[in-house]
Amino acid sequence: MRDASNRPSLSPPPPAHGVERRALLTAVLTTAAVTAAGCGTYDPLASDRTRLRQWNLFGGGDGLRMLQMHEAYQAEHTDVDFRATTFEWGAPFYTKVAMGAAGGRGADIATVHVSRLESLAPGRLLDPIDPSALAEAGIDETMFLPNIWKECFFEGRLYAIPLDTHLLVQFYNLDVCREVGLLDSRDRLIPLDGKDTYVDALREIKAATGGFGLSLDTWGPWSNFWALYRQQDGELVFGEDDFEMDDDKALAAMEFLYRLSEEGLSPRVSQGADTSANLANGRSGLMIHGNWEMTTLDATDVSFSVTQFPNVFGNHRTRGDSHCYVFPHQRDRDPERTRAALDYAAWMLRHSLSWSEGAGHVPAYLPVAESQEYDQLHPQSEYREAAENVQFEPEAWFSGSAGRLQDEATGPLTALHQGTRTPEEALRQLKRTFHAMTNAPAPV
Amino acid sequence: MSERTHTSRVQGSGAAGSGLVDVHRRPATWTGLWYVLPFLAFYLLFLVWPAIVGLGYTFTDRSLAGGPVSFIGLDNWNETFTDRALYESLWNTLVFTVLSVPVMVLLALGLALLTDHARRLGWFLRFSFFAPFVLPVAVMALMWEWMYNPSLGLFNGILGRLGFEGSEWLFSENTAMASVVIATAWWQVGFNYLLYLAAMQSIPKDVYEAAAIDGAGAWQRIGRITLPLLFRTTVLITILQLIGSLRVFEQIYLMTGGGPNFATRTVIQYIYDSGFVGLRIGLASSMAYVFMVLIIIASVAQFRLFSRKEA
Repeated sequence: MRDASNRPSLSPPPPAHGVERRALLTAVLTTAAVTAAGCGTYDPLASDRTRLRQWNLFGGGDGLRMLQMHEAYQAEHTDVDFRATTFEWGAPFYTKVAMGAAGGRGADIATVHVSRLESLAPGRLLDPIDPSALAEAGIDETMFLPNIWKECFFEGRLYAIPLDTHLLVQFYNLDVCREVGLLDSRDRLIPLDGKDTYVDALREIKAATGGFGLSLDTWGPWSNFWALYRQQDGELVFGEDDFEMDDDKALAAMEFLYRLSEEGLSPRVSQGADTSANLANGRSGLMIHGNWEMTTLDATDVSFSVTQFPNVFGNHRTRGDSHCYVFPHQRDRDPERTRAALDYAAWMLRHSLSWSEGAGHVPAYLPVAESQEYDQLHPQSEYREAAENVQFEPEAWFSGSAGRLQDEATGPLTALHQGTRTPEEALRQLKRTFHAMTNAPAPV
Repeated sequence: MSERTHTSRVQGSGAAGSGLVDVHRRPATWTGLWYVLPFLAFYLLFLVWPAIVGLGYTFTDRSLAGGPVSFIGLDNWNETFTDRALYESLWNTLVFTVLSVPVMVLLALGLALLTDHARRLGWFLRFSFFAPFVLPVAVMALMWEWMYNPSLGLFNGILGRLGFEGSEWLFSENTAMASVVIATAWWQVGFNYLLYLAAMQSIPKDVYEAAAIDGAGAWQRIGRITLPLLFRTTVLITILQLIGSLRVFEQIYLMTGGGPNFATRTVIQYIYDSGFVGLRIGLASSMAYVFMVLIIIASVAQFRLFSRKEA
């Protein structure tokens, strides 16, 4: 029994069978080739079209919008064979960009956070952008806010073209705030300037909601800390093997965050998604979050509006970053494809009203940001002036969105909200990490 | 493990095949070599060679982002041995191992005994205990994250209804690691369970019958026959589980990201952070080597301990 079943599989297959199999294989391969060609990539004119490869990290609501914009771009540019690839946001994306560029075979153009420029070794992993070539595509520095344009340079050379500014803003639940009397006649949040006024308002909201006053992301607290630290003009400068930080200002910012959770005005634990849920279901009246959360709230039936980051220490400075286009290093950079990449970036900038509409980001391109159409976008235009208050991350290779500094700072700062570290302890831990990072040799 | 079984199977059928065609012409030893060659090539190319290259990296400042590489002597090793965060992450790995190994071994044994004694529901128990094992780690992590969610989750919901105060589960430095261990046990215990069950079912029935005739009760049969005869399986399971627990990474990375405040950052994650977020491949390699040596020491020590007992 066993022999009978074993023998056929061990002996070579009969010839007739083999022919059949070979025919099948051929058929399968042919079908595969035809199918692949049918996927829109095959084109008799393919050799005449300029090949353009874009890498990005937009997986959420803004990813969907970018996809739509790309479809419109491709429809208008039939001479370009455009393909965009979306990678998982954060460290996985940056590792891929760095490794692709290290091999000299990066994508033609990629979107990165401007705060990560230094971590991508401009000059080695990123190719510089020629401002005159950019001008030929119709883009120059007068079309951007100076504070954002400045971030695009490294050692005097241009490496990035900013697409947007995205920042922490303050969302408010209209029903809750109306009930507490925090809205003016036009349903706008009344000014709550200064720490005491602001905290008093949070107490009133908490009394009304029975939940919290302010919902914020305690799981990604670095941005909140950075905004509050910068509101006091706090400086954080990383040198060769040391750093400068203003302990008193850092403590004041930490004390504020610590008190929020300690007094129950904010949750002890709140991840990104919980944070928006707390505002949407009326458990809190205010929320500090990134402008991109607008797409999440739009999907609920809560009535909300948006304003600038709260004025706690005398101004509305907020933490922000900018999605920008960069050219990952290519060993054999093709001038034609570079030109196509610049044209593509310029097209995206000129159409960034759609980007703002879909993702809530503030257009970096002033002709759009100052246009009447943008003015009519609600609630996006409510925080347009916030872009001028944006505070970018400190300069260092480990700094920036999804960078090492953020990772390491998250620990002690979440512990503040949880009440397991006092501000003094958290500051000690933070400074110890900063020491370790500045002492480590830079890998870029 | 699976590779080894696979290879030996290929080898076995290969020998049988050549035996059928021509028994006398080729020496069996060389035939065997050809069959293991594909595996051997992959093994050398993707395991042995990278390990050697990795050792070389530890003496350089090689970055994942390319750039000029220079020889820096023992700097990486110095940094490795003086890095407080590395020791903290090693400690976290140890805590996970100490919590998880006994749970995963004893639970598997208990479940296997239960199944072995169940008359009617055997198939159902086998299915229920083993099913979670086939889930991809991402699915398992997502499920448990929701169940553990302090405000919306299943567990706090049940606790609340029973009048207890909920826990912060994954979000508290005190409970995060234990929560991960519970989820891991649910997910992975099926494999150990299966090994135990197979071993139990291979114990000859007549041994039990003889004991029963001599008047041994059910508990005596378990204590005097089943458990002693399972000793070798226990050794195997414990060693595999120890190594598996020391290498923990995926589910923790997905469920807590190493938080809160690094309370669950294990050594593998710290190596990953140093190499892939921090881009310092040289440093990450020396950390990985330190950890590899620790795993080898732990395995050898454990093996010695058990084999002495057996002798």
